[in-house]
Formats: sequence, structure tokens, C-alpha cells
Amino acid sequence: MGNSIVSLQHVEKWFGSNHVVKDMNLEIEEGEFLTLLGPSGCGKTTTLRMIAGFEDATSGTIEVQGERVEEKEPFQRDVNTVFQNYSLFPHMTVYDNVAYGPMIRKVPKDEIKKRVTEMLELVQMSGYEKRKPDALSGGQKQRVAIARALINNPRVLLLDEPLGALDLKLRKQMQIELKRLQRKLDITFVYVTHDQEEAMTMSDRIAVMRDGVILQIGKPTDIYDHPRTKFVADFIGESNVFEGTVSRAAGGLLTVETPQGVVTTCGEGFQPGEKLYVSIRPEFVSIGPAASESFSLPAKVKDFIYMGAVTKTSLDLADGKEIKLSRFEADSAVHEGDGVFVSWDPARSVAIKAEEVQQ
Amino acid sequence: MKSTKSRKLRRQRSSRFWSGFYAVLIYTVFYIPVAVMIAFSFNDAPRNYYWQGFTTRWYAKLFSFANTDLWDALIYSLIIALLATAISVIIGVLGGIGLKKFEFRGKKFINMMIYVPIIVPEIVLAVAMLIIFITIGVKLGMGTILIGHCTFCIPYAVVTIKGRISGDNETLQEASMDLGANRRQTFWRVTVPSIMPGITSAAFLSFTLSIDDVVMSNMLSGATQSTLPVLILSMNRTGLTPDTNALTTVMIALLVIGLLTVNAFQRRRRKKDARLAAEAEMAISSAHGG
Amino acid sequence: MTETAPPAARKKKRGSSLPRLAQAGPVSVWMVLFVTIPMLFIIYISFMTRNTFGGIEYKFSLTSYKTLLDAIYFVVIAKSLKVALVTTLLCLLLGYPFAYYIARKPPQVASKLIMLIMIPFWTNSLMRLNAWMLLFQTNGPVNNALLSLGWISQPHKFIYTDWLVMVGLITNMLPFAVLPMYSSIEKLQNSLLEASADLGARPSVTFRKVTLPLTFPGIFSAIILTFIPALGIYTVTDMLGGGKVLYIGNIIKNQFGVIRNWPLGAALSVLLLLITALLIFIYTRFARIEDMEVV
Repeated sequence: MGNSIVSLQHVEKWFGSNHVVKDMNLEIEEGEFLTLLGPSGCGKTTTLRMIAGFEDATSGTIEVQGERVEEKEPFQRDVNTVFQNYSLFPHMTVYDNVAYGPMIRKVPKDEIKKRVTEMLELVQMSGYEKRKPDALSGGQKQRVAIARALINNPRVLLLDEPLGALDLKLRKQMQIELKRLQRKLDITFVYVTHDQEEAMTMSDRIAVMRDGVILQIGKPTDIYDHPRTKFVADFIGESNVFEGTVSRAAGGLLTVETPQGVVTTCGEGFQPGEKLYVSIRPEFVSIGPAASESFSLPAKVKDFIYMGAVTKTSLDLADGKEIKLSRFEADSAVHEGDGVFVSWDPARSVAIKAEEVQQ
Repeated sequence: MKSTKSRKLRRQRSSRFWSGFYAVLIYTVFYIPVAVMIAFSFNDAPRNYYWQGFTTRWYAKLFSFANTDLWDALIYSLIIALLATAISVIIGVLGGIGLKKFEFRGKKFINMMIYVPIIVPEIVLAVAMLIIFITIGVKLGMGTILIGHCTFCIPYAVVTIKGRISGDNETLQEASMDLGANRRQTFWRVTVPSIMPGITSAAFLSFTLSIDDVVMSNMLSGATQSTLPVLILSMNRTGLTPDTNALTTVMIALLVIGLLTVNAFQRRRRKKDARLAAEAEMAISSAHGG
Repeated sequence: MTETAPPAARKKKRGSSLPRLAQAGPVSVWMVLFVTIPMLFIIYISFMTRNTFGGIEYKFSLTSYKTLLDAIYFVVIAKSLKVALVTTLLCLLLGYPFAYYIARKPPQVASKLIMLIMIPFWTNSLMRLNAWMLLFQTNGPVNNALLSLGWISQPHKFIYTDWLVMVGLITNMLPFAVLPMYSSIEKLQNSLLEASADLGARPSVTFRKVTLPLTFPGIFSAIILTFIPALGIYTVTDMLGGGKVLYIGNIIKNQFGVIRNWPLGAALSVLLLLITALLIFIYTRFARIEDMEVV
């Protein structure tokens, strides 16, 4: 269980008649890197801002380090934020920006100087003390913003899509740096993003959100291998999702009838006649020239997309539904227009209850 | 192919020439009265009607402070302008920030009211205030003039500030509070400095409007001391003396010099900042990279 | 889960209403005290009567408004409107190309050019008007030049004419026209003009169909900031018209000076207010008043 350093209980947020966050319950463990992941408008940023203190929860309780903070102003909370647009003070130098927090708390000048130098070195921005923010690149501003937040030794650092404005290569680099930083300093990071790859790379746990609700929370591998709703299966990584009805349920295996054919998947707790989704990741789909023993769906090869590391093959199934598979190398035996059979290991596919929303 | 290209170039160049020429023409129209005004400050005549020869005696007379009317009026105008600027900037800047940030009942109404002094002819405003002051029995004088000036300066200050505050300002304040500064500290350390250009703009605008104001000052001064513009207006009947030209020439000269100095200062400081920053970075990189 | 209505908001903890009051309060109070109330009062006065000694008798009457329909006043009002209209049109025509020229320059250069416009206006406006007088004097430089060129046989009387008043007005009002138009034109993105050209439009067509419509807010601001002040001027007419040229502004002022007919002055002022309100009303059909580019 660990110690919950941040605890949200039955938190609700309304903006006028807009129900933005619905009965949110979240326990964030100390020292973990938790990501709130979801599409725009799902309420992840609002949740973050409620923890920081820029929004008041309409109802519910928020605790940081065991203390109730709903009544506290942002400057009274022991959390710091890295903002989406960095929000560096334009009229102050890098040094003054980073020194701001300690300066407010009246830390002695030489102590401040020592800490600022330390922080800038930590984020690899040493020597930039006298620069003004408008003379910095996006990545540099980013790092100054992080230094400015971390110098206050917060127990919890909130990051609101901080890498959104950076180009791809820089973003990937920063993701690794941020993760390393978090490990090194052993601070709790609460991270908000809509980029699921980013979430998968950095997080200890991911909370997938949609429409103000957490659909699923867990380790990246858990969420990837065992998505509990169709949305999560779709949102995280790529997957092929089939709709169908259970025709047989025995020994942990389900036989499912779908418009594209009969498939087998592992799954528990389903009754025959029940509607469900079957999700299979592209990397687990296999094709062969002939029907295999467990099950096969007839398909026609549509096209290949070469993506550098992997090749994605698209195939059309019996009723025209598209299925994708990915491989590290193109299968040279298969050509466009070929008729083949598609199958997978039932242990690799996931059975998802229809219309399920869980926390 | 070549002929079309050169024809296009010629067309572009000629249009650029003519538009530049037009701009110069307009600037000339703006500056002609200024030039004439300066020229006539050297006019050797008791009153400014015709040119009667070159002299610098008016400047001598000006700086001998012999024309007490003129200097009294100038000092009076300056005092009023400074006070009006101070009041208008404080109320206007606070108002601009507040109106941008907060919602409250009657906000739309106040917003509309702010535009009234800007749009409505000044005479209407002046007359309205005059009527009220006299009816209530307030004595006309510096106080009423000051109130009048502030009434049209404040809206300009508000509008200037509102134009300079972007949504960014909100996040800067959040960042400040996130780092531990309370509202008061945030206001003085973050909000005000970041809109400083807007504040100086507003101050400058208010000062200019106040010191040049005729209508309001004329209506609301009663029989007391005149401001400089009012004095000039009354002198128009009998003809202006060239020392008023001298005075205005000196004023504008000071202004232009002041402007250039401030500009030069800013440029120098920016260069110094950039140089210091570059030096610091080079020191670090040579320490690391050797 | 069924959607329930939002629960009653918890008590506002945030720094109370003090900052709100301190910031927006003073400005609101000032505006109401020194703008709203005087305005209402002047409307009230316009419906009062003038007593024999030049004061106000608080008796309702429409005399002032009826007087406005008198031929004399009517002529003056019509003339003022005409002059203001012509001035505005000329300011637009002269100012737009100028604003365009500046707006297409890089921002650094443009701000310096704008500053260059403002510098003459730091001189006392009355002195500048006086300078126009000196120029167009009967024995002044302009007349002398025209005489020596042989374009006229005897000095032309420029001063104290409607014409000179209009010149003075235009030179005074031009920056108020140029600035909002500049603001609007500057916001015009180059990519839009490029797109128009790419789709086959000649420059004149692009101007008509893209530039002009998109810079309309600036043009309309320019109209408001030029026409209305032009209606109410009296300093320009005083300096350049020598008391011979009378517009609404002069008449209003006189009612509060020598003539002492406050209700009439008030009525004229109300008339100006009505014209202003009408223009603003038309403006708000196209944009909110807060979007008006002023500075």
C-alpha cells in the first residue's frame, strides 16, 4: 500500500453546469511517478490544479501529506508546479527566477546562491544565470522552470504537460532526464499528459482518465496487457478490437462469435450469450497460409507500412473490418492481395466487458 | 522571361518609392506647424503676426522669468499634470487589472462608462462637470481642474493597461503563488513589474493629455489661475508673444532629448545584459570543454 | 451514474473580496461619480428653463429643444455635421495608405515611425494651430509664395475660413485615425494575402476582398475617434476661425460663458451625445466596444 502522500476522496468539480471531475478517488504513493493520462477535456489538468490550489474542488477532500488542503492557498501548500508554458517571470533573469521561492521565504543570500548554483547544475543550465527568459530556447526554459520548482524541495512536484511544446527528439530526451531526476531526488511526481507513449515511458503508475473519471489505474505493463475497457485498450498503444458474443466459456477460455468469424480468447467471469470486446495487440497477431488448429479468420492483405523499426501490415477481414499486425521485419512471403489466415494465441488477447467503467 | 521579371521589379520598386514619398509628405504636414512654431520663436516682433527678423531675445526674456504670467501658468500646468498622472495611473492601472480579472455585477456598465470620456466630445464632459460643480456649490479651481483631467486620463490608462495584459499574466501570478508568494508579494514582485511597460505608457499618455488640455481646463478653472494652454488661448485674441513659442520650443526640445536618452539607456543596458550573459556562458563552456 | 446538479459551492476561502474591491473599486466609483452622474444631470438640465438672470429655473420645458429647430441653430448644426463628416472622410482617405505603409514595416521600424508621429503632438496643440495661422496669414509665407508664383493676383484670405478650420482639424485628428487603422492592418497576416494571390486575385482585388474587410474594425474605430471629436471642437475654430466661424462646440461653450443659457447648452450637448450614441450603437453591431483599438 505504501504511504499516500496525496489523497483525493470523492472529489467533484463543476464549472458552471459542466461536470468536469466526477467522484474522483485517488491515492498517490510517496516517491512514485504517477501520470494522469487522457484526451483533452478529460479533467486531468483540472485535477492537477486542484492539488496545486489554483482551482477549488466543488466537493470532496484533498490531503497532502496527511493534511487537508482544500482551504489552503497555493502558497501555503508544500507542492510545486511546472507549468505548461513554463511561466518564467519575463522581467527576471534565470537566477532570479530560480531564486524566487527561497527569496520569498527569506533564505539568506549566500545560501540562496549555493542552492541556485546546485539546481542549475542539476538541470544542466549552469552559466545561464544572467540570461532573460526571452533569450532561451523552449528546452532551456523548461529546465529553468523545473529548477525553479525543485529548489523549494517540494515533497510533490506537479507537472502539467511540460514537454508539449518541444520537438520530438528533445521531448524524448527530456522524458528520460525527468525520469532520472525523479529517481535521483526521490520526489513524488504527478504528471499530466495526453501522450500515451510518454506516459508509458516515464510512469510507475498510470491513471487513464476520460470524461472526468479514472477508467483504470495501474502499472504501465498492467494497463497495456490487461486493459479493462475498450477505451483504454484503444487509447494505450494500438490494438485491434472485436465485438462479439460468448458462445462457450470453459477452463478460462472463451469462444466468441464475431462478425468476422469465430475467435478464442482467455477470459474469466463471462457467461455464454454475453456481449463483450476482444482486444489483441498488433504485435501478437500472426498470419499463415492455411487455417491453424485453434481458430483462423480469413483475410486479404491490404498494404504494408514501413515505419523504420517495425512494419505494419493491414489486412481486411471477411466483412471488411481492418486488422493490423506489426513485426520487426517484413514477412517477405506475403504480398499485397494475398489471401491468408489470421490468428493469435488466446492467452495474449484480452476479453473486455462491454460498457465497463472501473477504478 | 527576363523582361517580365524586371518589369515586376520596377513596379515593386516604384510602388515602394511612391508609398515612401507619400509617407514623407504626411510627415511633412505633421511637422510643418512644429517647424513654423519653432521658427517664429526667433521672430523679432512684439507679437506673432509677421516675420520681422531673426532674434534670440525671446529666449533671453524667457529665461529671465520676466513674463510671470507665462511661468506661473507653466508651473501650474506641470503641477496639475503630475498630480493627474499620479492619480490616473494608480486608479487606472488597478482598475485595468481588476476589470480584466474579476467579474462582478455592473461590470458591463462600468466598462461602458470608461469609454465615455474617450469617445464623447470633451466639451460635453466639461460642461456636464461644470454644471454639477456650480450647482453643488463647489468652487472652481485647481481641484476641479484636477478632477476633470483625471476623468479623461483614467479611461486612457485603463485601456492601455488592458491592452498590455495578456492571459499570460494569470499564469505568472499562479507560478508566483505556487512558489510561496502570497497575493501582496505576487502583486508587487510579479504583476506590477511585468506590466511596467504598460504603466509607463499610461503615465506618459496621461501626462501628455493633461498638460495639453484646453477644453476641460478652460471650463473648470473659473476666474482663478490659468493653465498654460488656457493662457495661450486667451492670448490669441491679442496675438501671441514669441516667448510662448520659445517656451514650447524648449519644452519639446526637452521631451525629445529625454526620449532619446531613455532610448539610448535601454539599448546600452540590453547590450550589457547580453554581453554579461555571453561571457558567463563562455566561461562555463570553456571550464567544461576545456 | 446519474448526473446530479452541482452541490452548493463551498464558502469562498480565497482572499475575500478585498483585492477585488481595491482594484476595480476606485475606477468604478470615479466613473459613476464623475461621468454617469454629470451625464444624467446634463440631460436633466436640458429640460429645464432659463430664468431671466441667466440661472436655472427648475421647471420642465422643451424650450431648449425647440430652439434647436430654429433656423440659425439648425444651420450651425448642419454645418458642423458636414465639416465633421468631410474631415473624417479625408482623414480616412489620407490616413489609411499612411497606416498601411507603417504597418508593413518590421515592428522595430514601425514603432519608431509611430513615435515620430507622436512627437509633434507633444507640442501644445494651440501653438500648432497658431502656426497654421501664421502660415496662412494675409502677409504670410503661403500667400507670399502664391503671389510670387503668380497663381493669385492679390493675397487670398485664408484665415477665418471654414477651409482653414478644416485643415487644422485634419492635422489634429489624423493621428487618431492613423493609430487604430495601423493597429488593425498590422494584425493582418501576410499568409492571408499570399493565399489570395495564390488563388488568382490581382492586388486590387485582394485589397478589396481581403484587406479592406479585415481591417474594417480599425477603420470604424478611426471613424469614431475622428468624427465625434470633430463635432465638438471649439479650440480649432477659436484659434483659426477668430470667432467668425461657429460650430456646435463654440455655441455650447458660449452658453456657459457670456450668454448664460445653460438649458440650451445642455440641450446641444445632449444632441451631441445622441449622435455619439447612435454611432456607437452602429459600431456594436459589428464589434464589442471593448475591442475598439484606442491606443
